[in-house]
Amino acid sequence: MENAINQIITNYGGRPDRLMDMLIAIQEQFGYISRGAILTLSNELGLSQVDVEQTISFYHFLSTKPRGKYAIYLNNSVVAYMFGRQAIKEAFEKETGITFGQVTPDGLIGLFDTACIGMNDQEPAAIINNKVFTRLTPYRVKEIVQYMRKGLSLDELVNESYGDGKNQHPFLKAMVSSNIRRKGMVLSDQYTMGKVIKEILPKMSPEGVIAEIKHSHIRGRGGAGFPTGFKWEFCRRAKGQKHYVVCNADEGEPGTFKDRVILTEKPELVFEGMAVAGYAIGGDEGILYLRYEYRYMKDYLEWVLQNMREQNLLGENIGGIEGFNFDIRIQFGAGAYVCGEESALLESLEGKRGEPRDKPPFPVEKGYLGQPTIINNVETFATAVRIIENGGEWFTQFGTEDSTGTKILSISGDCMFPGVYEVNWGFNVEDMLNMVGAYDVQAVQVGGPSGTLIAPNEFHRTLGYSDLSTGGSMIIFNKQRNLLKDVVLNFMEFFIDESCGSCSTCRNMPQVLRNKLLKILKGKGVRKDLDDLQAWAKVLQPSRCGLGQTAANPIVSSLKNFRHLYENLLQKDLDFDEGFDLVAAVQDSCNYVGRVPKFHH
Amino acid sequence: MSKPVIATTSLAGCFGCHMSILDIDERILQLIELVEFNKSPVDDIKTFTKPVDIGIIEGGCCNSENVEVLRSFRKNCKILISLGECAIMGGLPALRNGIPIQECLHEAYLNGPTVQLNTEKILPNDDELPMLLDKVYPCHEIVKIDYFLPGCPPRADLIWDALVALITGDPMKLPYETIKFD
Amino acid sequence: MANLIKFKIDGVECMAEAGTYIVEAARQNGIFIPTLCNMAGLIPKGACRVCTVRINGRFMTSCTTPVTDGMEIESNSPEILDLRKSIVELLFVSGNHFCPACEKSGNCELQALGYLFQMMVPRFPYEFPKKEVDASSPKIIKDQNRCILCKRCIKSIKDEQGRSFFAFRNRGNHLEVVLDKEMGMKMTDELAEKAMRNCPVGSILVKEKGFAMPIGSRKFDKKPIGSEVQV
Repeated sequence: MENAINQIITNYGGRPDRLMDMLIAIQEQFGYISRGAILTLSNELGLSQVDVEQTISFYHFLSTKPRGKYAIYLNNSVVAYMFGRQAIKEAFEKETGITFGQVTPDGLIGLFDTACIGMNDQEPAAIINNKVFTRLTPYRVKEIVQYMRKGLSLDELVNESYGDGKNQHPFLKAMVSSNIRRKGMVLSDQYTMGKVIKEILPKMSPEGVIAEIKHSHIRGRGGAGFPTGFKWEFCRRAKGQKHYVVCNADEGEPGTFKDRVILTEKPELVFEGMAVAGYAIGGDEGILYLRYEYRYMKDYLEWVLQNMREQNLLGENIGGIEGFNFDIRIQFGAGAYVCGEESALLESLEGKRGEPRDKPPFPVEKGYLGQPTIINNVETFATAVRIIENGGEWFTQFGTEDSTGTKILSISGDCMFPGVYEVNWGFNVEDMLNMVGAYDVQAVQVGGPSGTLIAPNEFHRTLGYSDLSTGGSMIIFNKQRNLLKDVVLNFMEFFIDESCGSCSTCRNMPQVLRNKLLKILKGKGVRKDLDDLQAWAKVLQPSRCGLGQTAANPIVSSLKNFRHLYENLLQKDLDFDEGFDLVAAVQDSCNYVGRVPKFHH
Repeated sequence: MSKPVIATTSLAGCFGCHMSILDIDERILQLIELVEFNKSPVDDIKTFTKPVDIGIIEGGCCNSENVEVLRSFRKNCKILISLGECAIMGGLPALRNGIPIQECLHEAYLNGPTVQLNTEKILPNDDELPMLLDKVYPCHEIVKIDYFLPGCPPRADLIWDALVALITGDPMKLPYETIKFD
Repeated sequence: MANLIKFKIDGVECMAEAGTYIVEAARQNGIFIPTLCNMAGLIPKGACRVCTVRINGRFMTSCTTPVTDGMEIESNSPEILDLRKSIVELLFVSGNHFCPACEKSGNCELQALGYLFQMMVPRFPYEFPKKEVDASSPKIIKDQNRCILCKRCIKSIKDEQGRSFFAFRNRGNHLEVVLDKEMGMKMTDELAEKAMRNCPVGSILVKEKGFAMPIGSRKFDKKPIGSEVQV
C-alpha cells in the first residue's frame, strides 16, 4: 500500500498544497485513509500527522475509517424529505440491517447522510461510489442492496435509462435529468463553441474586454452580486508573479442545481468564459473547483477540456492570439458547504481545511497561493461569453437597471415542473409560481437556507439585487407543509453541520438557536423565547463569512414573515419556562437503582 | 415599615456561600437591624412562616428535593438571588454532567476506590431519598431567578453590597475586585 | 516613523503607521480593544470575534484589519460592548468552564473578559458538552472542556522542522484542538511551558504544575485585563 500512496504523492508533485487531491485519490482507491497513509503523507510532505488529519476530518467525504465497498450517501435536504426521504432511509436500514452512520459488519455497505447533492428536482437521491441515483423508491432500494450483495458493479446497478440531454453522453452516462424548462442567453443553443475566442478576442485588448464586462453591469451570479467587471479590473491591476482564474462550482446552497445543469449542457461556455477572463486579467491558469457531489462529471468534463485543447481553444497561443496561453484543470472539493465561500474555496484549493480567510486582503490581491485571483460562479463565466460576443450594451436590454441580464433559477419543492429556468432579472415570484405550476403555496424559500422565506403577501416582489437577491435556489412549500418543524429546523441543522467552526459565533450560536426552536416545537416555549431568538441571532452578524452571518436567517426570516406559526406554539399562560422536566430528569437514575419515581406535588 | 424578610437555603452546595454571608464580619450586626430572617439555616427556621422579600439560593439542583425546595422558594419569595457558582452554573457538582448517571452511581456506590462497606452492592433506592437528576442544573434553568452573584464563594463585600442595594434601592457599586468566578 | 496616518476610534483622533492592525494601533493610542485569539508575533485569524468593531456599518475584527487613513472605528458603543459580552458568554456556555476548579483561574483571559464585562450569568443556556481530556503526553494535559479553539497553540508550538504539535480536528461544533500523539511524546519542557503560557485558558497544562500563585497575586485578581493599555 505504501507504494500506492507514494505514487499518488508523486502524481501531485509531492506538493503539500495538493494534499486534497492526494487524499481524494487515496479515499477512492482504498475506501478510507488509513493510519499508515497518514504517516506516509506526513513524512513525505513535512507535516505532522495531526496536520494531515485536520484536513481529512474537515471534509464529509474523507474518512479515516472504511466507508464500505459501496458507500451510500443519502441526501437529507428538505426537499428530499418532502419527496419520501424517510421511507428511503428506512428501506436502506431495513435491507442492510444497519443504521445511518454505520458500515455493515462485512464491510460491504456503508450508509451516510449528506447535505444537498444538487438533485432537488429529482429527489430522493443518493450518491453511491460517485454515481448518482435519483428518484429512489423503497423497491428500488431493496433491489440495489440485493445487487450489491451479489457483488454487482456500479454500472450493473443501473437498470434505467440515462437522463436527458448530455447526461446520455458516453463519458457521462448519468441517471440525472437536466430538466431545462426555460432557455435564455446562457442556456440557448445559438452559441457555437470558440466563436468568442477565435473571432472576437483577437480584435479586443484585455482592457477592452474588461470595459465591455463593466459596461454590461453584470454582477456575480453566485449570490453575493459583486460587479464582475470591477473584480476583473482589480485583479488585472494587482501585482503578482501569476494571475489565476478560478471557477466556483461548489454550489452547495441547498436547492441549487443550475451549475450542475450548465456544466452538463454547456461546459464549453463555462470554460470559454474562464479563458476570456484569463485573457482579461493576464492569467494563464484556470481551475474549476468542482464539488465532490459532481464527481460523476469528471471524465466528461476532462473530455470536454481535451476537445477544446485539440481545437486550440485552450493551451498555447489560443484562438491564434500570440502569447495567449491558458489552460484549465479540475480540482475537487470533498464535501463542505463553506467551500463555496471564495476564500474558503482557496484554502481548500491549497490542500487545507476550508476555513474562510480574513478580508482584506481580497482574493483579487492575494488569492490562490498568495497570487491575484478572480473567483467567479459557473453562470457568471458562461454569461461573460455572451456579453463579449454581443457587447455590454446588448446585455443591458435584459433584466432591470440594477440587475442586468438573465438569471438561471433552480426551482424545486411543491410544484408540477421542478427544474432549471432561465429568466430575465425582474421576474416576480407570482409569475415564477405560475410558470412552474405551483398551487396552494404557503411559502417560498428564496436563495436557499441563507436567503429569505417569504409569504404570499410578498409574492409581488421581484428577483434582483435590490429586492429579492438570489443565487438561484427557489424552494416552494404548499399549505400542507409544517414550515417550522420540517423546513426551518432542517435548515438550522444544515448550518450546524456545515459551519467550519473557526468563528466562536458560528460554531456555537446556531445550535443555541436550534435548541430554542426545538423547545418551542415541544410546546415549552414562552413569549420571551421569541425575543431571545431575535436578539441572539444578531450575535452571528460579526462572523467572518457569509455562512456564519446568515446562519440564523431561517429563524430570523420565518420569525418576521410567519410569526403566527411561532405564537401558536407558545404557552399563553406562562411567562417563564426553561423547559425543565422533573419527571424526565429523574427517569434514568430511578430506572438504574430500581425505584418508581414519586412526586409530592 | 416592617423590615424586609430574607430566606436562604443551600441546595447542591457546600455551604461555603453561607459562610461568605457570615464573612461580612461586624456588618452582621447592621444586617440584623436591617432585615429579618425567615426560613434559613442561619436561624434554623425550617419552613416558611410568612411571605419573604428576598430568597437567597446557594447551590444548583442535583436531585428532586433541590428542585422542590427551589420551587418553594420561588413561590414564597418576591425576589430570588442565585448566590455563587453552583447556583449559577452547577459548580463543582456539575463536573458530573458529562458522565452518564449510571457511571456516577457505579463509581459512588459500587466500584469507586472509597467504597468499602457496601458489601451487598446496594444502590440507594429508598423512597425517602431524593431522586437524582440526569445532570446538575443551574437554578435559573428551573425557576426564574432575579439576580446573580458570582464567586466561589461570592466575596462578602459583594453580598453586602447587593443586599444593601436591594433594601435601599440604591444601585450596586460593583468594584472590580468583588466580581470573581473562583 | 514613516507613513503615519490619522484615524478615529469612537470619535477620538488617533495616529499610527499605515498597515498596523487596528487592535495594535488602538493600543498605541491608549485604547484597549479586548481580544482572545490574538497574540503578538502570530498571524492573526479572527477566530474569537471578541475584538469586533464597526467600520462603515460593517463588523470587522480589529486583530485582522489594518488601519487606513481617515478610517472611523466604532469600538466602545453600547451595542458593540454588548456584542462582545455575548460572545464571551457564548464561549462560557459552549465549553465546561469550571473556574473554581481550574488551574488557570486568575490568569485566564476568558475569565478576565467575564470580569471586564461584569458577566454575572451568561444569557444562554449551559450546554455541558461531553469533552475529552488527553493526558497521554508525558509533559502536558490537553483538556478539551476548557478549549476555546483560539488556534494560538496551533500557530505557535512547532518543532525545528516547522511541524505543528497541535491541529484542529473535525469542524463546526465538533471542532477540537488535538495534540499529535507522536510529537506529544517528544515534547520538550520548554515547549510544554510555552504551550501552557500561550493558551489563554486552562486547556493546556504542564503536568504536576498549577495553582502556583496564591489568590490575590494572580494576573487578573486586582486589575482588569487591558488596564495596562488605558491612558
